[in-house]
Amino acid sequence: MAQQVIRLPVRAWHSDTGQGMSNDNNKRITLDDVSKHWAGAAAVDGISFTVSPGEFVILLGPSGCGKSTTLRMIAGLEPASGGRIWIAERDVTPLAPGERGISMVFQSYALFPHLSVADNIVFGLRSRKVPKAERSERLARVAELVGLTEYLERKPAQLSGGQRQRVALARAIISEHPICLMDEPLSNLDARLRGEMRREIKALQQRLGMTVIYVTHDQVEAMSMGDRVILMQEGRIVQDGTPGELYDRPATAFAASFIGSPAMNLVALAAAADGAVIDGEPRCHVASHAAKGHWLGLRPESIQLAPTEAPGVPAEVVDAEYLGADTIVRLQVGSQQLRARVPGVPDRRPGDACRLQWEPRAMHFFDGESGQRLALAGHDVAAPPHPLTPDEALSVSSPHGIHPQE
Amino acid sequence: MANPTSDRRMQIYGALLLLPAAVLLGTFAYLPTVATLINSLFLPGFRGAPPAFVGLENYRVLIEDATFWQVARNNLFYALGTIPASIALALGMALFVNGRLPGRGLVRMAYFTPTILPMIAAANIWMFFYAPQIGLFNHLLEGLGISGPNWLGDPGVALGSVIVMTIWKEAGFFMIFYLAALQSIPPELEEAANLEGTGRWSYFWRVTFPLLMPTTLFVLINALINAVRVVDHLFILTKGGPNNATNLLLYYVYENAFSFFDRTYAATITVVILLVLAVVATIKFRVLDRRTHYQ
Repeated sequence: MAQQVIRLPVRAWHSDTGQGMSNDNNKRITLDDVSKHWAGAAAVDGISFTVSPGEFVILLGPSGCGKSTTLRMIAGLEPASGGRIWIAERDVTPLAPGERGISMVFQSYALFPHLSVADNIVFGLRSRKVPKAERSERLARVAELVGLTEYLERKPAQLSGGQRQRVALARAIISEHPICLMDEPLSNLDARLRGEMRREIKALQQRLGMTVIYVTHDQVEAMSMGDRVILMQEGRIVQDGTPGELYDRPATAFAASFIGSPAMNLVALAAAADGAVIDGEPRCHVASHAAKGHWLGLRPESIQLAPTEAPGVPAEVVDAEYLGADTIVRLQVGSQQLRARVPGVPDRRPGDACRLQWEPRAMHFFDGESGQRLALAGHDVAAPPHPLTPDEALSVSSPHGIHPQE
Repeated sequence: MANPTSDRRMQIYGALLLLPAAVLLGTFAYLPTVATLINSLFLPGFRGAPPAFVGLENYRVLIEDATFWQVARNNLFYALGTIPASIALALGMALFVNGRLPGRGLVRMAYFTPTILPMIAAANIWMFFYAPQIGLFNHLLEGLGISGPNWLGDPGVALGSVIVMTIWKEAGFFMIFYLAALQSIPPELEEAANLEGTGRWSYFWRVTFPLLMPTTLFVLINALINAVRVVDHLFILTKGGPNNATNLLLYYVYENAFSFFDRTYAATITVVILLVLAVVATIKFRVLDRRTHYQ
């Protein structure tokens, strides 16, 4: 088969970070306006992104957002309805999965039940007619790497969930393909094992320098493993950035509510005399008039509870959920409910009144209709109760404008 | 310490649950088997005389019976002709209709139709296909300028004709089992294999076929039992003729029992059939079971 090298269109290189890493380009993946339609409905609606060599990219989103379909299109298991997919400067859109030079770990692991662990791992090498001596040499190396050396003669049914997961990983690693796709590989494991495997997968990826695209609906996996997280909703990319960017500057109300545990509070703002207030709580304004009718986003961990005589937003404790290191307190503010994460044992009972305080830069504003992030600044609710001048308000606003949509 | 009374009650409860099946099996399977075994040791009594015990005399007669050996040989050819061919065809059809294919349901139904047809009706249809002058096959061959054989009348061809009809009848039935087994194979297995560039042929032999082994084993035993259970279509098509060329074991039993009224000889042949079946089934399970992966 002729492997023609096609130059990528210039715009595909926009996020190129490794000009000097040209021999790493076989690990680069670029999606250009890729779509997938099922019977007219768009499961994936024109998405574009580039994955740099050695990057660990997470496709994150709720079920049905198109993340798995995107991964399967990159793998070639689903034909794309539109757009082009490039791997290593090669347009692979029309190529069969086996010709794309990728490996994949499936959610169900897709182990061959009748084959031993060893035969499962070398299955692909046999397909590619790798000589027997090299096969067993690579098998020994990979089995050592994932800690399966003692289990090579077993059948998958005789392994625990975590061991099966390792077999699936070993099968992906042994192919020595520079790119590995993972489709919710940890979702069948129990919580403790999942934490362990998260670290192992991340360590393996860094050790082997693989480019990984990892699909998950679990924001903890996304935050802890990803170099970069692509958050998807209804077939479109909502936000594409580092875990820190997603946490600190969610691009939409959806992104805000998806990241963090518990998720960011979103409360409706209403108009009052001095500015925008939390709906149903007219005593303490939290932002200028421009914010009325929009959403205020507050992370539970950035809310502090203060005594009733302190400045701040008046609130009433609804209940408290003690988690050990900290406590999630549910609070009623006007017509809205918020959750706050406070350290230690709860010292407030349901029905207690208190004041809420937060740093001005902890406030996020989202459009009341579109949910897009707004470049608004909040007032300092912890400051003595006098309205801020516009200059003061500007001085605490975040330095950037609206986060650009990819 | 378990309460002995409640333990006993559980045992009685379990036995009662087993009772209906045990009664049915005992009455219609085990009792006749034992009766057949006993019958085979007697000669029929004539004119009201009680049957005379003759020991293994019937078996000696059987060994010297040239017709029995011809029938046994016919049955062997019949088994060799029908079993591998119908299984291979069934697997092929199942693979075909398991794929993406327009009108898949219709094709599946078409393949299964021969199984639904009563044997007598199907045999009558094939009678028409095979008829020497007016038959469909010879009519078609005539169009090509070939004078077709007498499909059921020529001793050299008749058994082959019966075999072809059996394959047609059985393949659809076995296909259903293969189709069910194929649908229980997770599609990710093929996707995982595809990602490694595994060819379809290679995937079939390395994954599909081994995973279908339990089904193949089941179908194989069934096909074997069917091969010695043939009575009905011989009844319509050839009546075992010409000159016993298509006579098979069970039909021979039937002839002995109900045409020649030699019940004890029929019992003797039946015992031999049961023995052979038991031996073959044991060997199959012993040899193939070890190499079969059960999910």
